[in-house]
Amino acid sequence: MSNRHATIELSTGLFVLLGFAALLFMVTQITARGLVLHENTYRLVARFDNVGSLKIGAPVSMGGVSVGRVEAIDYDSKAYKAVARLAIQARFDRIPNDSDVAIFTAGLLGGQYVGITPGGAETFFKDGDQVDLTQSAVVLENLISKFLFDKAGQEAKKPEGAAK
Amino acid sequence: MSVAGELLLSGRELLQKWGRFTLFTARLLAVSPRALGRFRLVVAQVYNAGALSLVIIMLSGLFVGMVLGLQGYDLLRRFGSTEALGTAAALGLLRELGPVVTALLFAGRAGTALASEIGLMSATDQLSAMEMMAVDPVRRVCAPRFIGGVIAMPLLAAIFSTIGIFGAQLVGVTLMGVDSGQFWSQMRGSVELADVVEGIIKSIAFGFACSAIAVYEGYHAVPTAEGVGRATTRTVVTSSVAVLALDYTLTAMLL
Amino acid sequence: MTSVTHPVARAGTGPLAHLVDVAYAVGGRPVFDGLNISIARGSVTAIMGPSGTGKTTLLRLITGQIRPGRGRVEVAGEDLAALDTDGLYRLRRRMGMLFQNGALLTDLDVYENVAFPLREHTQLPECLIARTVLMKLQAVGLRGAARLMPAELSGGMSRRVALARAIVMDPEILIYDEPFAGLDPIALGVVLRLIRETNDALGLTSIVVSHDVHVIGQLADHTYLLSSGKVVAEGSPAELERDPAPVVHQFMAGEADGPVPFHYPAPDYAAQLLGAEVPA
Repeated sequence: MSNRHATIELSTGLFVLLGFAALLFMVTQITARGLVLHENTYRLVARFDNVGSLKIGAPVSMGGVSVGRVEAIDYDSKAYKAVARLAIQARFDRIPNDSDVAIFTAGLLGGQYVGITPGGAETFFKDGDQVDLTQSAVVLENLISKFLFDKAGQEAKKPEGAAK
Repeated sequence: MSVAGELLLSGRELLQKWGRFTLFTARLLAVSPRALGRFRLVVAQVYNAGALSLVIIMLSGLFVGMVLGLQGYDLLRRFGSTEALGTAAALGLLRELGPVVTALLFAGRAGTALASEIGLMSATDQLSAMEMMAVDPVRRVCAPRFIGGVIAMPLLAAIFSTIGIFGAQLVGVTLMGVDSGQFWSQMRGSVELADVVEGIIKSIAFGFACSAIAVYEGYHAVPTAEGVGRATTRTVVTSSVAVLALDYTLTAMLL
Repeated sequence: MTSVTHPVARAGTGPLAHLVDVAYAVGGRPVFDGLNISIARGSVTAIMGPSGTGKTTLLRLITGQIRPGRGRVEVAGEDLAALDTDGLYRLRRRMGMLFQNGALLTDLDVYENVAFPLREHTQLPECLIARTVLMKLQAVGLRGAARLMPAELSGGMSRRVALARAIVMDPEILIYDEPFAGLDPIALGVVLRLIRETNDALGLTSIVVSHDVHVIGQLADHTYLLSSGKVVAEGSPAELERDPAPVVHQFMAGEADGPVPFHYPAPDYAAQLLGAEVPA
């Protein structure tokens, strides 16, 4: 009887453990919300005209290496800009403060991420710094409409030029 | 009797059954806090509903994940974006297939076991004997089984989804040659916590429904061999329909 | 009334259970109509009758599992109709009941089955529970079977375990539903002795439902004979034996045909055979 109890309790314990491990895996490994405890990070604030579909937790990469994550996204209604707060791992502390920060898309259907292209300055970003050089996300609709608009403009100019 | 009259009658019966089920569930919920105090009884039921379903859940999760890997790969290949396979598999599993398939398997494996066990207890006078000993069988027998099911289901669904993702990775990355880094980083980039939460909410709701239905059918089974058999069948049918209907409702609410 | 009141019977006078003009119907078909039964304190009272006369239904009325359509059921001075669920449960703690096949909880072993009411209703420490359970098991001669599961027990043993479980809370009333059905002569003798001894030693009042005329003759102080929803005879077994009424005589002598007919009501035999029609 007590032996049977022990078996039941043991396998139930194992089952519950496995279940919670799976839950933890889902929350930390499948989503971008990496739950890394006591990760030493510092913060940068980048303002964009448009962040596209950038999400909280999206990776911040430098030369293809993930150096941090997007921690928060907000809208500054005074400056009419989107504000992204980036958490950069403390060991990447030599990012020149004239570096260029842009939003890229991974693949055609992929999610968006923040890419940092290093500048040439001798001073480096510190915690709480504001990024001056930013490039917004490329919004496909804008790109297409701009292309069509330009094309239409050229078409409109042609007859004029021919008349001269 | 006229067709209209019969329809009216069966409609009334259905309504009555629905009312009985609601009242029973309310009673179940009312005694649940006290049943939760008997921790050992609940543990035994988490074991029955969860630990004993583990193998079937893990196997099914693996195969469902592998099918998703194969189908997803073939579909995404046509758009030239096989790197999104991880995202597709993870979203499909977390939000839909994990909770739903787990609930259907749960109804077949644990739900039937619950219904026939309780039905048999009633057929052999065990429930009446408890009542005669001034022990409420709903509290002593039904509630721990109900709670066990509600606890086990989200854990089972999580295990199913996790194993499923590895199954998809096995096919997509190992067999079809999708880049492993892309598979995982795309997944992490586009799956949000809300997707995981949606799956968890669903599986809790399914656990609630499946366990309540199984316990109800068992408790109200006609106390004969045939009656218990019928109750078992009804458990699977009702649970499956309930899970699918609930799934649509919850998806519409959570989207 | 010829009931014997034992000196050890609990304090209090008058009948312990009392049914007055009780009527009960299932699906429009009356099971009882105008039933009057009175069970004396400290006695072993037998309820007998042909199958299908609602003996089990009577027990369910006495234990409050069902409520009568008309009339009063009083047990231990309480009117069952006036009790809510809690009151009924409180009353049932003073009752013990043995079901036909014991109704042991199949997922618990013999020891845990007997301990069950103690664990549910008391906060006794484990050593006291163990002592009580072992004493009750000793009383039914099954202390050695404490760790067997119900599936491993014979019919007679199951009933003895059920008896141990029924008396573990020291009830005032013990109710037996067909305790002798399907037992071999030895097991029957054991159960018979246990019912009598338990009743006298613990000062209980026992109600035994059975249709076994000979066993009841050896056991009961007082007997009620039911037929078609009414009490048709009552008295000591010896008095019933001498009762001239045809129903009583048929039952006591075990005759196949009589007021309780051998044939279920049917159309005329010859006419049906000649017409050779399939029964509709």
